[in-house]
Amino acid sequence: MSFKVVHYINQFFAGIGGEEMAHVPAELRDGLVGPGMALKTAWKGEAEIVKTIVCGDSYFAEHEADAKAQILAWVKEIQPDMFIAGPAFNAGRYGYACATIACAVQDELGIPVLTGMYEENPGADMKNKILIVATANSAAGMRKAAPAMAKLSLKIMKGEPVGASCEEGYMPNGIRRNFFEKEPGAKRAVDMLVKKLAGRPFVTEYPMPVFDRVPPNKAIKDLSKATIALCTSGGIVPKGNPDHIESSSASHYGEYSIAGVDDLTADTFETAHGGYDPVYANEDPDRVLPVDIMREFEREGKIGKLHDLYYATVGNGTSVANAKSFAEEYAQKLLQAGVHAVIMTST
Amino acid sequence: MVKEIERAGIPVVHMCTVTPISLTVGANRIVPTIAIPHPLGNPALSMEEEKAIRRKLVERALEALTTEVEDQTIFEV
Repeated sequence: MSFKVVHYINQFFAGIGGEEMAHVPAELRDGLVGPGMALKTAWKGEAEIVKTIVCGDSYFAEHEADAKAQILAWVKEIQPDMFIAGPAFNAGRYGYACATIACAVQDELGIPVLTGMYEENPGADMKNKILIVATANSAAGMRKAAPAMAKLSLKIMKGEPVGASCEEGYMPNGIRRNFFEKEPGAKRAVDMLVKKLAGRPFVTEYPMPVFDRVPPNKAIKDLSKATIALCTSGGIVPKGNPDHIESSSASHYGEYSIAGVDDLTADTFETAHGGYDPVYANEDPDRVLPVDIMREFEREGKIGKLHDLYYATVGNGTSVANAKSFAEEYAQKLLQAGVHAVIMTST
Repeated sequence: MVKEIERAGIPVVHMCTVTPISLTVGANRIVPTIAIPHPLGNPALSMEEEKAIRRKLVERALEALTTEVEDQTIFEV
């Protein structure tokens, strides 16, 4: 007898389609679909996917309560030995969906769960609540991710003790597991020091916690005297994308003038973003960057001025390090221009 | 990006649909929007209705910018 697994994947991995199909609601299919094959191969008959749940990433994000209720009802009915979601790699909404639904299955049904994703995926924020296998940042990492997830899931289903995160490949979850190191501490410490002095990468055994929070700035006192700038990660650029901002994994941002522009139209602006269905933003870019309304408020005197320049990039698989450096740079430009506040829109 | 703008000393409001992600990245003032591909619009409505909704959302964002907050705050519309 093999263990029964329910697998959760998104519309892309199910072969339904990309962003244009991200709105599809959850559906239940028999057997395995797409990446389930890689898990099956690694399990060698010891476990099998009995059902696959497919759900569009936007559908899950926009109808979280409905999607969750439906999926929980299905999983409750099936009563699998384990629930596996993903892997999601660096797909933000998919990773968020995998982590959220896995957490719900674990907490509400008491069924063991496992998911996998890249460490910068927003879903990885839940790594202290559920087991998340660390994967590469693109689906090219499937060959490594699937066997790691298959191995760990089998251990859990068999009730075998789960080792430390560094042995099993899951993200550290704050739970300490004891094991014997091969080398004594003194040698490991000197090895690390030598690597550090040589400028080579090394892995600390005692990572410091990262609390990167910035306290909120003071509110604006008088809007009618304030200059407000618009920024977006939704990829709104002048028609033709003059700076060639990449549709995913953007390497730069754009600075564009909207001086004298009352309204963004399909003839003058468009989106360069490859991570959502661009039809609506291309029809009317104000749906992402609300220049039309800001002009109305400017004319009415509700705000002092809409800043003449806006800053845009594509927030689709873009690394945190890149996004940070873009904004570090343009925030200084905004300061020098005397901008008092910023409205950032994201898709 | 919102965090770097905030760090530079400029108050910033994040308008987005998936607010849990906004909380994760560390935005302090957050206004939930309509949908991922059209955060500030709704193609199912007429142009006038759509503009009215956009106006309401941006108005809420401006309110957020004029409201003192101590911690991450979602300004429901």
